[in-house]
Amino acid sequence: MADYLRSDLVAPRAPPAAVGGPLGWLRRNLFSSLGNTVTTLLILGFLAWALPAAIRFLVIDAVWTGASGDACRPDVAGRPVGACWAFIADKINYLAYGSYPAPERWRPNLAFALLALAAGWMLWLEAPRRDLGAIFAFLAFPVSAYLLLSGAPSLGLAPVATGLWGGFLVTIVVAVVGIVVSLPLGILLALGRRSTMPVVRVLSTAFIEFWRGVPLITVLFMANVMLPLFLPGDITVDRLLRPLVGIALFASAYMAEVVRGGLQTVPKGQAEAAAALGLGHAQSLRLVVLPQALKVALPGIVNTIIGLFKDTTLVSIVGISDFIRVLEASRADPRWSAPTIPATAYAFAALVYFSVCFGMARYAGFIERRLAAGDRR
Amino acid sequence: MTEPRRAIGLRAVALQTLLVLAVAVLVYGAATNAAQKLAKQGIVAGFGFLSRNAGFDISQRLIPYAAATSTYLDAFLVGLFNTLLAAALGIVLATLIGFAVGIARLSPNLLARGLASAYVEAIRNVPLLLQLLVWYVAVRVALPPAEAPASLGGAAFVSQRGLVLPRPDFSGAAWLVPLAFLAGIVAVGMVRRRARIAAETGRPPVRVWLPGLVLVLLLPGLAWIGLGLAGHPVALHWPARGPYDVEGGLPILPEFAALVMGLSTYTAAFIAEIVRAGLSSVARGQGEAASALGLSRGQALRLVVIPQALRAIVPPLTSQYLNVTKNSSLAVLIGYPDLVHVFMGTVLNQTNQAVEVVAITMAVYLALSLATAFLMNLYNRRVTMVER
Repeated sequence: MADYLRSDLVAPRAPPAAVGGPLGWLRRNLFSSLGNTVTTLLILGFLAWALPAAIRFLVIDAVWTGASGDACRPDVAGRPVGACWAFIADKINYLAYGSYPAPERWRPNLAFALLALAAGWMLWLEAPRRDLGAIFAFLAFPVSAYLLLSGAPSLGLAPVATGLWGGFLVTIVVAVVGIVVSLPLGILLALGRRSTMPVVRVLSTAFIEFWRGVPLITVLFMANVMLPLFLPGDITVDRLLRPLVGIALFASAYMAEVVRGGLQTVPKGQAEAAAALGLGHAQSLRLVVLPQALKVALPGIVNTIIGLFKDTTLVSIVGISDFIRVLEASRADPRWSAPTIPATAYAFAALVYFSVCFGMARYAGFIERRLAAGDRR
Repeated sequence: MTEPRRAIGLRAVALQTLLVLAVAVLVYGAATNAAQKLAKQGIVAGFGFLSRNAGFDISQRLIPYAAATSTYLDAFLVGLFNTLLAAALGIVLATLIGFAVGIARLSPNLLARGLASAYVEAIRNVPLLLQLLVWYVAVRVALPPAEAPASLGGAAFVSQRGLVLPRPDFSGAAWLVPLAFLAGIVAVGMVRRRARIAAETGRPPVRVWLPGLVLVLLLPGLAWIGLGLAGHPVALHWPARGPYDVEGGLPILPEFAALVMGLSTYTAAFIAEIVRAGLSSVARGQGEAASALGLSRGQALRLVVIPQALRAIVPPLTSQYLNVTKNSSLAVLIGYPDLVHVFMGTVLNQTNQAVEVVAITMAVYLALSLATAFLMNLYNRRVTMVER
């Protein structure tokens, strides 16, 4: 028999290590190699240390009821004390409305409800009559919310000075004004930057690049000290209005760049086809180009809004009583001095901002996936 | 068919003229109003105030500054350098953390992936200002009080008053050490050049990373040891517990530490997303082809995937670096003496030269933005694909 032929059968190989089932899943995902196993063990060790500590602080050792900081002092309570949720419960109205007079708090509540309606109408893509929704969100809602909040004696609403507004209410006001102004202005600027008219293009570009090149803090400082200087005579600018102007201009520049990105994705043929159908420049923009551009830009717009919402916290530095500022003021209340008050306050604030921003981010992701699905068809 | 085109042309000219007029009227009106009001307040316009004596103290300074003798211009420079220091350190740390987290988000290990995602989502969706407060207030409360600082191996101390590190004294002959460090950097540049020439001319490849690291670390180390042997050792000022506070050493302000920590961990979340997107943008086949050629996973990453991913990473990374610089102005919240705090805060309040101070501060940030954008564009041009 030739040498190159085997005379006996090859011994069967050992069965492969589990590739299916829970064990195989564990092996694939957590223990596929030595380095991987070490990583897994290190992370498990970290989680075993951090998670129980966090749960103990936030839930088990937390103080849920109490009338003053004494309830949250370990020496008084006689046990280790975690988060002092009683503090948040005691301050919740102040955190929500600032010094807005208590009997009038239904007005901010109604404004919040109108805001929810406007946001729902704009964000739910299958909602009926979204054109009416846009008019409501960008015209009817801001006017009615302003009348509600600052008061209109002719409608029987007592005036409430903006100095009394505060807390989450002001955070929302700053964010909404920023959005309502920056979206239309941003679209105009984006169109201006792509315009064939040199003066329009240069002015739009300069405007956009200026605001994008400076930090928001300097814009707010500028609005604070220079806005009153620039206006004629003895016109005084409301303390709350100054940062609003700054934020609106600042956000417009960022919005413009997002919209410009959307405009760039619309093929030139679309505008040419519109022109061939006899549409004028404005008609072609309104009916053909902008709807497509804004649809593509929507995730970016939502991301800019998230950034804007986070940036509203900066108004606390120039003395506006936004959520962060009333939180700091509550923290300084001597009646509520206890060791875990700062951590409690910041944990609560982080939770509030996280829920809003994470919700919006999930929405942006959902739109992005929908658009991608549309492209695949 | 010339009729409609001329109509559009006329309309365009009219529109642009109107726009220019409107802007001119707006600027003129604002300028005259401001001039009137400033005159009424008795403020002399111009930059003369910069040479006046500042008369206030600044807690951290990288250049000589004394309240009694220094001018507002000096105060401006102190603030500027403090901003640059915080931004530079923030950028380096954010890049390191961001790349680590971004690569971890693509790790085959499920836990590493999950932890990295949780980090990114948690950090990205909470305002930076709140995170700075957490670092400055909540973390600091947990540190030992200033009277009883915790010792880190006896070499450094940490307390609510900040961190104190041993301070090497580079005066006298010891300046050779930083010089050797610079020489190391220059030498790395030469090695890189040789490596590029070798790659372009097909000669055997020259290794860069390991020799580079050795050069940068070894040269100063040799200088340090050599000085010690030659009888001029580099003096190290060790911090020590004093009766009230830690004495000697190199104190790091808690404001500075909080700002750098907050800035770098916050920006790292965004950089991680950029890195993840960049790495995923490289076609899967590239990594597979590399492994088919016999490259290991690390080699494939280093030689094939990352160079291609950099093209997608660098442009957004640039804007994150700009964001770090701009966000460092949040220092004003926690009292770190950066440009905005010193100049737009204290100097503006003392001099009331609002227009000049705001203009100078904004010009500095604009210049920094433009300079960074310019440098990054240069780099970007080098890494873009050469289409043949």
